Amino acid sequence: MTDKKRPMLDELKKGKWPSFVKEMERMEEKPAVKDLLGLLETSYEDKTVHWKHGGIVGVTGYGGGVIGRYSDLGHIYPNVAEFHTMRVNQPSGWFYTSDSIRTLCDIWEKHGSGLTNMHGATGDAILLGTTTQHLQPCFNDLSDAGWDLGGSGSNMRTPSACAGPARCQNACIDTLHLCHDITNEFQDYLHRPMWPYKFKIKISGCANDCVAAVARADFSIVGTWRDSIRVDQDAVKEYANGGYDIFNMVVKKCPSHCISFDKETADFSIDDENCVRCMHCINKMPKALRIGKDTGATILIGGKATIVQSAFLSWVIVPFMKLNKEDGYAELKDLLERIWEWWDENAKVRERVGELIYRKGMRTFLKEVGLEAKAQMVKHPRANPYFFWWPEEINQAASSDASQEAAADAEVK
Amino acid sequence: MTEVRKAKTDIGPPHYEKMLPQIIKDNYGKWKYHEYIKSGVLKHVPESGDALFSVRVGSPRLLSIATLRDFADIADKYCDGHLRFTSRHNVEFLLSDESKVEPLIDEIEAMGWPVGGTGNSLNNIIHTQGWIHCHSAATDASATVKAVMDELFDYFKNDQLPAKLKISMACCLNMCGAVHCSDIAFVGIHRTIPRINDEGVAKGCEIPNVIASCPTGAIRPNPKAKSVSINEEKCMYCGNCYTVCPSLTIMDAQNDGVAIFVGGKVANTRSGPAFSRLAIPWVPNNPPRWPELVDAIKHLTEIWVKNAKPGERYGEWIERIGWEKFFQIAELPFTDKHIDDFIFSVPTFRTTSNFKY
Repeated sequence: MTDKKRPMLDELKKGKWPSFVKEMERMEEKPAVKDLLGLLETSYEDKTVHWKHGGIVGVTGYGGGVIGRYSDLGHIYPNVAEFHTMRVNQPSGWFYTSDSIRTLCDIWEKHGSGLTNMHGATGDAILLGTTTQHLQPCFNDLSDAGWDLGGSGSNMRTPSACAGPARCQNACIDTLHLCHDITNEFQDYLHRPMWPYKFKIKISGCANDCVAAVARADFSIVGTWRDSIRVDQDAVKEYANGGYDIFNMVVKKCPSHCISFDKETADFSIDDENCVRCMHCINKMPKALRIGKDTGATILIGGKATIVQSAFLSWVIVPFMKLNKEDGYAELKDLLERIWEWWDENAKVRERVGELIYRKGMRTFLKEVGLEAKAQMVKHPRANPYFFWWPEEINQAASSDASQEAAADAEVK
Repeated sequence: MTEVRKAKTDIGPPHYEKMLPQIIKDNYGKWKYHEYIKSGVLKHVPESGDALFSVRVGSPRLLSIATLRDFADIADKYCDGHLRFTSRHNVEFLLSDESKVEPLIDEIEAMGWPVGGTGNSLNNIIHTQGWIHCHSAATDASATVKAVMDELFDYFKNDQLPAKLKISMACCLNMCGAVHCSDIAFVGIHRTIPRINDEGVAKGCEIPNVIASCPTGAIRPNPKAKSVSINEEKCMYCGNCYTVCPSLTIMDAQNDGVAIFVGGKVANTRSGPAFSRLAIPWVPNNPPRWPELVDAIKHLTEIWVKNAKPGERYGEWIERIGWEKFFQIAELPFTDKHIDDFIFSVPTFRTTSNFKY
């Protein structure tokens, strides 16, 4: 441990935004945090990272949930020579009680650095930095207190969900229940990496997509409805009378131009047949407009960041699924299992499901997982004439005649 | 040796119902509407006529247990012990008693925690681990975010922007965050090819996996050294080979830096989710406060504030005026870096004579 000055870090204690350096200093009595501060100052001096690739560390029974981390400056900062991360599966929607927070804090004070990320990008509560010998005791204490680890490596990553029906009028599905249910249903896939690569599931209750499911998840569940937006005409009039510019802020911005609004009478109507349920009008006039009552979700697949074949946004594979709590979301789980089976059998190492579909083609994917092609799946049909036919779609008699003729011709020549 | 006790596995996360305040249990799935009371304060109203108040507090994501215990105490004092976190690292205190909203705000702000980030404001920056804990970070996350948020602090506190502004940060191309779909995204990048430690590759890396990891086919076997070689002309410095093989060092302190993208979003509202597009190919890593990066993001924010119409997200503004106008207004050079030359490039080229000067 060194006691060198940290002028660069001191600069990052200034300013109005809460300082992560001050957070670290609150735990400075821990030798690991003192060394972490020193290591970070060195990174700022050197303009580069001082962590090595993770080694294989973990807890008994699991293949994931712990990220091994070692410093390349362990000889100078021995207390961060090992500095592993534990991912703790967050409660659905990131709701906590003060006591549950204190429980996590007490465990992490005993076993780790006392630093956390609330939360990591996938959704887990991140316990940042401990040594190999503390991993199992920490997990034991977490488990005794009712907490479990999240996913890491080539497995199902910790699913996450928006606040949903707990705090939002736009929740078309019970995001919290669904997230909790599938997290528990697929514990084996979450804890034991057995797949070609990671698989992320995110659940948003409506098209506002507050957990960025389409941008960030391989499997994106986005709540929607099939019937009509509910309009409260009196409330529309209140918005109009209050001076809200309904025409310019709502009607003109409707992407499918399906709202008509009479400025004189403040009569507001939606051509629901042509509505694409983008949420704009509902967001702008929440007291007057509400989601429909026949609710479910759109299922999309393939979202991911740039590595390797470019970033993809998830694309539609099921325009509408009802998502029945009563049967334990059987249709959804069945679809997931079919997708995993096909992906697991066909993907190369570190090939995300979206990249596999890109390589194999949607027609193969749809056939293998048993989905029908639907116009909602594409922005427009293909423009090129390079398309495949399945053998059963071809008149085999004619084509075998033709190939026999060709063969005969070849023999003559 | 003492026997290692095994924990009970596969119990899953705590049930969310145990975490919910009574007002939410009473009104679960029965919410009617919400409104913004003031910047940082949401009011949700259910059919029953109750009211739930959420006070949103910005955090740097990296939180000590000392601070988490402070938050727990605040939640006990004002919220019957209930709080939540958002997908963008904010803390939300959940109150059923309106009279406690202002006292809570006073106390939490006095402790140095800003209330804001709702409605047409700068939302908290979602970001990654950076030099604090990641091995593949091309730049730091916490310091860059801190420097940017210090500079744009008032936009977080107030909700008077043309629309919401989501800035995101990732410290390498692995992008552990929705960086690629943000109003303004900044991401750590490399600009030089990996340096090969042949001995290390031979000893520690699976060569077929290393070759397969390259998106441009730049890596070839080097059988003589039982290692690989990299075609300099094909390598785009993504660092994916380094992820699978630590002996291909891609860190280059003098050349690594940050690229800035603009105009993306994740919501389906109006137009669908969209990728952010390159505005500034590189600014240097300049610790501790990255002044070039901060100036660039401040400038990109201000031109949008000045030129966008009410309700227009960053990308919608650019869509309306056109990218050629954007570069003009932004006074940014348009370079060969801005023209895609990866595998999906051609559909991004202009195929009409309809454009502006």
